[in-house]
Amino acid sequence: MSKIKRGVSLYSFQEEMFLGQMGVEDCVSFAASIGATGIEILPEQNMPTFPNLSDAQVDQWKAMVARHGCHFTAYDMFLDTKLRKDQLMSDDEQVESIVRDLTLCNRLGIKNMRVLVFVRPDILGRCVPYAEKLDVHMGVEVHAPWHLEHAWILRTIEEADRLGTRHLGILPDMGIFMKHYPPAFRARFERQGARPEVAQFIVDSHEAKIMAEYTIYEVAVKMQGNKAEVAMAETLRHAPYANPKRLADYAPYFHHIQAKFYEMNEDCTDPAIAYEEVIDALVGCGWEGTLSSEYEGNRWIQDVSEVDSREQVRRQHVMFERLIAAAETKHSTMEPA
Amino acid sequence: MFDKYIIDPATVRNTGPDDAPDGFAFETKLGYYRGLRLSMVEELNVGIDGEVFARDAIRFDEGVGPLTLDEMETTYDRRWAFGAPATVFVRCEGGFPTGDHTLTLQQKLRISYMPFPSFNNDEKQISFA
Repeated sequence: MSKIKRGVSLYSFQEEMFLGQMGVEDCVSFAASIGATGIEILPEQNMPTFPNLSDAQVDQWKAMVARHGCHFTAYDMFLDTKLRKDQLMSDDEQVESIVRDLTLCNRLGIKNMRVLVFVRPDILGRCVPYAEKLDVHMGVEVHAPWHLEHAWILRTIEEADRLGTRHLGILPDMGIFMKHYPPAFRARFERQGARPEVAQFIVDSHEAKIMAEYTIYEVAVKMQGNKAEVAMAETLRHAPYANPKRLADYAPYFHHIQAKFYEMNEDCTDPAIAYEEVIDALVGCGWEGTLSSEYEGNRWIQDVSEVDSREQVRRQHVMFERLIAAAETKHSTMEPA
Repeated sequence: MFDKYIIDPATVRNTGPDDAPDGFAFETKLGYYRGLRLSMVEELNVGIDGEVFARDAIRFDEGVGPLTLDEMETTYDRRWAFGAPATVFVRCEGGFPTGDHTLTLQQKLRISYMPFPSFNNDEKQISFA
């Protein structure tokens, strides 16, 4: 039995759910059909009466997931520090909002809470006693352009170490491992007027891992790039390729991964995110947790084609099965007898 | 992320007396992947053929009762759910103009984790008899 479990975030089906083509149970049923039995939810998306959930509603959610042979893996929280137009939430209000989410997370029987990356480490430190009592791991989302060793992320690691807690850590989003520029991004910018030669220059610059600001200056100033070209160059600021080997260093701090992707090829390979390296690193260090699909390609193609989130997620899971098996074979033969 | 879907063009209708409409209304969805409390919906800029209506000509109702944009600013206990249509009412003497016109909507949202507001824009061609 593999230590790496497969799952899906309901975020992946946002297009179909927004349009009323799929309900939450359709998403869970589909996930079960491809063996992705771990379900990550966004209560503020998936629960219309949020934050008010009766015990009966909580029971219905649990029963629905169980009916399909699935289980919850993670709860994505939000924090509306700018709820008021002119006054940020006080520290006490922020703690109160996070505790509200920890409590609902616990009522649903969920052990991992995805914390937005902008939440202050000291605020999370104040929430640790609640997280420990409710047995929920607060994982700060390591989302591009942050990365595993960004100083802001290290503050959360330091806070967890200082408190000696196992209930505060991180939750990596695989968008930080963008090895190649996503073809879906390029195609949409070309539809918006980016010239193919300029788009190629941007793709080549990303491939060479040139610091974004050089490319943006080249495109915006030297090439006199049009709006679409400059916008495409600016996406490089959010397109880092962090080193997947670092996952092993931080493995004790996370139990769940948001497996971000933008598009899968028909042959079930990802043209952009370095999943081969990622899964090799995870298997190599013996990491235990869930790879939870987070499809975010709808916004890049909806101007020209129907979005089929199910097919995209299905392809990603075919890839996961293949890569997990290959990495397990490789690492088991590497271990001394 | 959902810009092209936020106006439902099939729902455009006049409001007020049939023979003397005083405005029009249409359904809109929140252009965001989760629900938001109403205080974070900063603007709903509605326009016809590029002419944008004044802020005080707009009313919003997610199902609980109409509010002005000023009233929404301090409405912390009502939520516009993900994927749920709400109604925008626009005060406009004579109602929606007949013939072919472009209806535009811009939703300006205050998203706490973003350094800048989120703008969501849609435009739809409306033929009104």
